Amino acid sequence: MATTLQINGKAVGVAAAPDTPLLWVLRDELLMTGTKYGCGIAQCGACTVLSDGQPIRSCQTPISAVASTKITTIEGLGGLHPVQQAWQKLDVPQCGYCQSGQIMSAVALLQQKPQPTDDDISAAMDGNICRCGTYQRIRAAIKAAAGLPQAPTNPPPLATPPAAAKV
Amino acid sequence: MNRPLDRVTGARGATRRETLAVGATLAGGALVVACSPADILAIGAKNDFGAFGPFIKIGPDGWVTVVCKHIEFGQGTHTGLAAIVAEELDADWDRVKTEAAIANAKVYANSMMGVQGTGGSSAIPNSWMQLRTAGAAARAMFVQAAAKRWKAPAGDLTVQNGIVTHMPSGKQAAFADLLADAAKVKPPQSPQLKDPRNFTLIGTQRVRRKDAAIKTTGQAVFTQDIHLPNMLTAMVAHPPKFGAKVVSFDDSAARKVPGVVDVFQIPTGVAVTAQNTWAARQGRDALKVHWDLSKAETASTDQLGKLYGDLAAGRAQPQGKARWQPFASKGAAGAPVTGGPAVEITYDFPYLAHAAMEPMNCVAIVNGQSCHLIHGSQSPTLDQLNAAKIVGNLPGNIQVDTLYAGGSFGRRTNFQSDYVAEAVHVAKHVGGGRPVKLVWAREDDMRAGYYRPLVHHAVRVTLDANGMPAAWRHRIVSQSIMKGSPMGTPKLDSTSVEGAQDSPYLKATPTVDGQLLSTDVGVPVLWWRSVGATHSAFVMEHTVDQLAKAAGKDPVDYRRALYAKAGANRHLAVLNLAAEKAGWGSTPPEGWTRGVAVHESFGSVVAQVAEVKLQDGEPKVGRVVTAIDCGIVVAPDQVAAQMEGGTCLGLAAALFGRIGMKDGEVQQANFDGYRVLRNSEAPTVETYFVASNNPPSGVGEPGTPVIAPAVANALLAMGQPATTSLPFVKA
Repeated sequence: MATTLQINGKAVGVAAAPDTPLLWVLRDELLMTGTKYGCGIAQCGACTVLSDGQPIRSCQTPISAVASTKITTIEGLGGLHPVQQAWQKLDVPQCGYCQSGQIMSAVALLQQKPQPTDDDISAAMDGNICRCGTYQRIRAAIKAAAGLPQAPTNPPPLATPPAAAKV
Repeated sequence: MNRPLDRVTGARGATRRETLAVGATLAGGALVVACSPADILAIGAKNDFGAFGPFIKIGPDGWVTVVCKHIEFGQGTHTGLAAIVAEELDADWDRVKTEAAIANAKVYANSMMGVQGTGGSSAIPNSWMQLRTAGAAARAMFVQAAAKRWKAPAGDLTVQNGIVTHMPSGKQAAFADLLADAAKVKPPQSPQLKDPRNFTLIGTQRVRRKDAAIKTTGQAVFTQDIHLPNMLTAMVAHPPKFGAKVVSFDDSAARKVPGVVDVFQIPTGVAVTAQNTWAARQGRDALKVHWDLSKAETASTDQLGKLYGDLAAGRAQPQGKARWQPFASKGAAGAPVTGGPAVEITYDFPYLAHAAMEPMNCVAIVNGQSCHLIHGSQSPTLDQLNAAKIVGNLPGNIQVDTLYAGGSFGRRTNFQSDYVAEAVHVAKHVGGGRPVKLVWAREDDMRAGYYRPLVHHAVRVTLDANGMPAAWRHRIVSQSIMKGSPMGTPKLDSTSVEGAQDSPYLKATPTVDGQLLSTDVGVPVLWWRSVGATHSAFVMEHTVDQLAKAAGKDPVDYRRALYAKAGANRHLAVLNLAAEKAGWGSTPPEGWTRGVAVHESFGSVVAQVAEVKLQDGEPKVGRVVTAIDCGIVVAPDQVAAQMEGGTCLGLAAALFGRIGMKDGEVQQANFDGYRVLRNSEAPTVETYFVASNNPPSGVGEPGTPVIAPAVANALLAMGQPATTSLPFVKA
């Protein structure tokens, strides 16, 4: 039985069975591979997408549960979203595999709390694992996207050419 | 960007003559010496590179593509490699892109390994002169082409941002304009390289990641993202214990799963092929497999830890061929443990999983003897060797396309190419050139072994009248990572003792007796980001703080004295820089305690001062001041990123990391059981550089091993007992 999903503003008919996790419909049927598999048990957040603006773990969400909601994936942000721009400006990604999920969680956070506190960021982002350890830049990028002052905790590394370095 | 993925061409065939020649060479044994391993591997591989050689392509639009022989899996290598070329070429950095090199060991070998592969934090160091030379040669070709066109002496020309200028007249031509003429110039063999003082790109904040845009829009292509026409997705039911074998299996339920195509046995288990990942997963989980456990590993990690401790203390004797081997020895043999107060302590380190975000996976296409691999290949040469054995072809004929990988930390290369070989077996069974994407679930990845070994250290140090080490006795018990190397298992596995063997503290101690016992356990072990330093840095640095305490000295001052004695000037410089920037000696912020550690690995020295407190019984790390000497800094912001990321990975392991086994069965399967660091637990890392004119040394790994001892030393300073085992947080 075909299901119709609302993805990134478009109605999309999919053939997968209703109990199929949204993740695999996105990745294998619709070839929208920006959303990643990391754990399959809603522990790592790599598969995060938005359902009516709320972050959900698509690896644990059957398509039947989101048949009437508006789904947004990383592909739906368009590339120039302020969160994506902040991520690029601060060179947040390393391997990049978790970053779609990180960005979707951050987008949801800033929609709900345009001026998040440190505790808000912790609560919103602790479900997204990054093994490369880009956490510090993720926090900075969220604050940058929110227009919040950056904590002056991380002075820029010295950019001096080696022979003229002052250290 | 990686290369487009729509070329599914099968193998490039060797000529019959080449095949016969190498067949004879391989079979002939003695004849092998006539050819280097790289030569043998490369036979059959393509060698038709463009005018600017195997590392540089320049398009008619003037864009420069740097061909990267090393995998990009987060460490920023593609960006750094591109910057080296762009600097000497004087290219327009905004019009430079990257792509991954094909497998070709003759052209793309890592000069520090002799084969094509990424590891040991060597990508930038081994490419440094090679890519500077390639960039400078291409630059010279453009200069010569312009000189000829303008009938001007080459000395009157300059190059900047991809534009050649004739200074006296102001005439200009872009690379794109000169391309056809430049391509006809014979590349100089020894082009003039820049004086590093004249670098305009290297070492500046302009060196930003080339992949940030595609990695923030979901466009970067990882192995999991590959979809090819007619492709099957495969999952494998793996044994519950290392060394178990399939006896029989019932696939009736699996075959009923819609989308499942086939079920068959392969050497590592039972494979399910399907139309998509979800069907493969459901089919795999529906299999009933009967395993023969008679030869399976039965160890429990608790017993293993106790055994290692008994061996180190002499309460148990090595079995079989295992022998104690000296790794550091000087002064009076069996020097008496007398003199000042002694520090005697043992340390236990657990198995660790790499747990990269992208579980292992590989696309393989096999048609008879032809084999094409598409995946995040950390060592294309090893993958070629192992795939070639399975399909009965020459290694050089195995085509490998390397993609971005979602992390690795060492996992994506091992002597057996474990997951790659599994993919090739599945694709061979499928045959006919039909693409197969083997994917592992997180549970497969975490239970497959190839862990950082379980390690035990026993250390006893006596102090002289001044409180400095007089005699240092050191015992290490560990499995050998190097066992099974195609180059032969080394007599002494240096990866088990690195960081201890070469420690300045041993250099500063008159009497040293260090010995290693390499054990034999049926658990596959592997390098894990910073390898031996993952444990040796902890042992050396935490021991030194205990010595300083016993001697009644400040840990920074105590290290300074040791480094002076050992002539370890680079250690001293990073220590001083970190101590200064961290405000060592001043009162830390209310509630926080500082700990320091210093360690050299992969040619670089890192010092960290960490501010630590105990929160709900767990160490919480706040500010971490890092100083590094990594030679000339190519990409400062990326070095800082590696210090941030390495610190997080090291801290995750130190706080929580542990793979346990009970009767041979791995107890963790996913992130619910294998706790890792989360955002709110991450420290804030500041990075400072010690100025250097030395060639670049490693960056990807040296930031990992220092944080654990820095935390332990802060706990010690808080009045907590010395830390004798990791992780800090016991499950």
